[in-house]
Amino acid sequence: MKKQQYTGRLLMATLALAVVAGCGKKNEPEQAPLVEINRDPYPSTYQALASETTLITNVSILDGLGGQIDNGAVLFKDGKIVQVGQNIPPSEGAKVIDGKGKWVTPGIIDVHSHLGVYATPDGPSHSDGNEATKPVTAQVWAEHSIWPQDPGFRRALAGGVTSLQILPGSANLVGGRSVTVKNLPGRTIQDMKFPDAPYGLKMACGENPKRVYGDKGGPATRMGNVAGYRQAWADAQDYQRKWDKYVEEHKAGKNPTPPKRDLTLDTLAGVLNGDILVHMHCYRADDMGTMLDLMKEFNYQITSFQHAVESYKIADRLATDKVCSAMWADWWGFKMEAYDGIRENIPMVHKAGACAIVHSDSDLGIQRLNQEAAKALGDGQRAGIDISKAEAWQWLSANPAKSLGIFDKTGSLEAGKNADLVLWSADPFSTYAQAERVYIDGGLAFDRQNPASWPVSDFELGQPGEGDVK
Amino acid sequence: MKKTTIALLTGLLSLTAQAENIAIVGGYVHTLSAQGSLDNGTVLIRDGRIEAVGQAIDIPAHFRVIDAKGKIVTPGLIGAYTSVGLVEVSSSAGTVDASYAPQDFSKAGAALDVSYAINPDNSVVDVSRIEGFTLAATGMSNTHSLFGGQGAIISLGDRDNLVKPRAFMSLAVDNHGADDVGGSRAALWPQIENAFAEAQSLNGKVLGPKDEWHGQLSKADVNALIPVVNGQMLLVVDARRASDIRQVLAFKARHAKIKLALLRATEGWRLADEIAAAGVPVILDPEPNLPYAFDMLGSTMANAGRLAEAGVALSIGVETHNLRLATQHAGNAVANGLPWQDGLAALTINTAKLFGIDKDFGSLEKGKVADVVIWSGDPLEAMQAPEQVLIDGEPIKMESRQTKLRDRYLNLNSDTPHQYMRP
Repeated sequence: MKKQQYTGRLLMATLALAVVAGCGKKNEPEQAPLVEINRDPYPSTYQALASETTLITNVSILDGLGGQIDNGAVLFKDGKIVQVGQNIPPSEGAKVIDGKGKWVTPGIIDVHSHLGVYATPDGPSHSDGNEATKPVTAQVWAEHSIWPQDPGFRRALAGGVTSLQILPGSANLVGGRSVTVKNLPGRTIQDMKFPDAPYGLKMACGENPKRVYGDKGGPATRMGNVAGYRQAWADAQDYQRKWDKYVEEHKAGKNPTPPKRDLTLDTLAGVLNGDILVHMHCYRADDMGTMLDLMKEFNYQITSFQHAVESYKIADRLATDKVCSAMWADWWGFKMEAYDGIRENIPMVHKAGACAIVHSDSDLGIQRLNQEAAKALGDGQRAGIDISKAEAWQWLSANPAKSLGIFDKTGSLEAGKNADLVLWSADPFSTYAQAERVYIDGGLAFDRQNPASWPVSDFELGQPGEGDVK
Repeated sequence: MKKTTIALLTGLLSLTAQAENIAIVGGYVHTLSAQGSLDNGTVLIRDGRIEAVGQAIDIPAHFRVIDAKGKIVTPGLIGAYTSVGLVEVSSSAGTVDASYAPQDFSKAGAALDVSYAINPDNSVVDVSRIEGFTLAATGMSNTHSLFGGQGAIISLGDRDNLVKPRAFMSLAVDNHGADDVGGSRAALWPQIENAFAEAQSLNGKVLGPKDEWHGQLSKADVNALIPVVNGQMLLVVDARRASDIRQVLAFKARHAKIKLALLRATEGWRLADEIAAAGVPVILDPEPNLPYAFDMLGSTMANAGRLAEAGVALSIGVETHNLRLATQHAGNAVANGLPWQDGLAALTINTAKLFGIDKDFGSLEKGKVADVVIWSGDPLEAMQAPEQVLIDGEPIKMESRQTKLRDRYLNLNSDTPHQYMRP
């Protein structure tokens, strides 16, 4: 969707305006430099592990794009996938792994995690996921809460998760910015940030905001929720216009005063510009229907509905409006808006031609998202929905990558992409399959056969079970 | 669906004669009995009970034959620790009969009795039984009291839902258990010992309204503990860290009469031999492998396998709305070291033995109630599912409100509004 590029324009205008200012007319006051907003003040310091040139042969491959290669091979080098096919000759110095009986897939990408913002051990000290102090908190960023020592990251790695999006919770109408990270241990969160991944914005429909704010000044109802989103977007439009006006006047050689920076509106305007992707917690079909109109009213795109328990009721409309659904296989009943959860939600969304994603929202579920896909696939097949395992793997890698804006870098096994992949001990749609080797950018991040190599969080050092199989 | 009112006064099964006799033939039958697993096995069902199980069995006349060729046949699965029948929607909607705010009548929580609260129309019942669960141990989940009340064993069939009322008493000695009685284990254990001393002091005599009583427990609570101290009612104790489990084993040694099982036993693997030597069974969910609290630091998915290797009898199935996922829980325990047969036993016969209902349930054996599941494949595999479930010898309707919602919306291109469609 075409958006006004206010910050983009700011950057481009800087040089030209500097020249104009240098030869300005004598009667006018000297023009102050253009004030611009740094959009990446906490940049990624991620560094990949050393990548050994590796060839996996005789292996069953799901390429993440819907294709399956039996008895295939994958070659990767310098962190990138070089070739995926049937017969690949071993290149000089390549480590060759015989994958007989095993499977290779793209690394799993979880679009819905609270690792680090609700770290274990549980408790108030680690409750950093909901800035539940007012309903619109677009100014907060999940990355400023994440504890990289959360043991959950290591468990997810053993489950084949190579990238994940960490979101604020769903207490607020607008919860704050999410961040996409690589699942490699780091000392600070910047060490884990996925380079060049766009920011996301967590928003929430339905029960949670009205429950949290019902006796704290509102919203107390679903209609109150919607009024809250609408006012927030209207404020963001106003903010956007102020900045546009400022830039235009500056461009015209005037010396305008820049608008006061507002961190909440910075983020919301970033959505209206198309720079920040909206991931919205919504369960009920009717809530989602209202949100589809809301995004048209304010001319932005909702990238995904999160949880989307009733997407199966409106999957056709989600396909038309190009909104992904990030879903559990079978969670239901824990609250009223989850009461109509069914086991065929994921395959029914897929069948309607809409974008289906398997997500976890759980530090346990994230450890076996392949099994979540397996359950959904089995249930879909029994309901007469013909989907192959190869197609179903799109729910775990390609579709999540697309919804996070990183599909040009990861999410499928294609030459040139990051070598984010998993070697499974068996068919990953089996409960008994385990991630044997997990590669991130070609580096061996997890090797089940070598316990001495397993990462151990600082928290678990010197505690019962340190370094144990988990 | 026809479901009769619960007969609260009896824990006995009163099966009426069945209209249909059934022979399940050709399947791979896991009997969970001394017969082991039988290729091309036959299960004969007459009047709601199993008449015979074997490989070369003649099928009597007038038996309806269900062909299970290529399928797996198992006993009905048993939920090991649930609140099925007590909770419709847990948050902000109701009905929630599994939690309790302490009142004077039962400050210690021992007198709570879920057998009065079971609702056979609870939607969790249909959702769980079409996934192979035919029985469930059901109890309170949160009492904010010393004890977690008395749980029951229920059938998920259409009749005789209350299989065994007052089947177990719950107790928690983990961080939460300490929090419920003032925040310290130093207070928790003396309270437990005191409660047991008071109950033992009655020598089996139930206190009446006019009886004098000077104990700290309410009359209702102390009366409820009599069968526990006498070893007639199972005591299920939630303990997680190694030192708490040791306390439980020491408690059992001090009270030789009691019958006791551990719940969760997160760090049980650290003293698996001691648990096995004490003959204490363990109910657990094998999946949680994170240090959710400082009394769960050693959590690992290897726990189930290590306990079983030491000889501890395991039960799996600690869930309510998604009790149906206990097969996956068991599968993951198997993936992490539990022998497959132990995984299936943890969903069936072990749980029946634990709650003292193995005379009637838990295996496919002559004379037992015909709770049988025919599976598309390995029950512990994520992609497999039951194709037919029989409870009390009757094939149930493989239907729930979830399957109806699915069928209503399978076709979105309908000219008729969906509410007119009744699949």
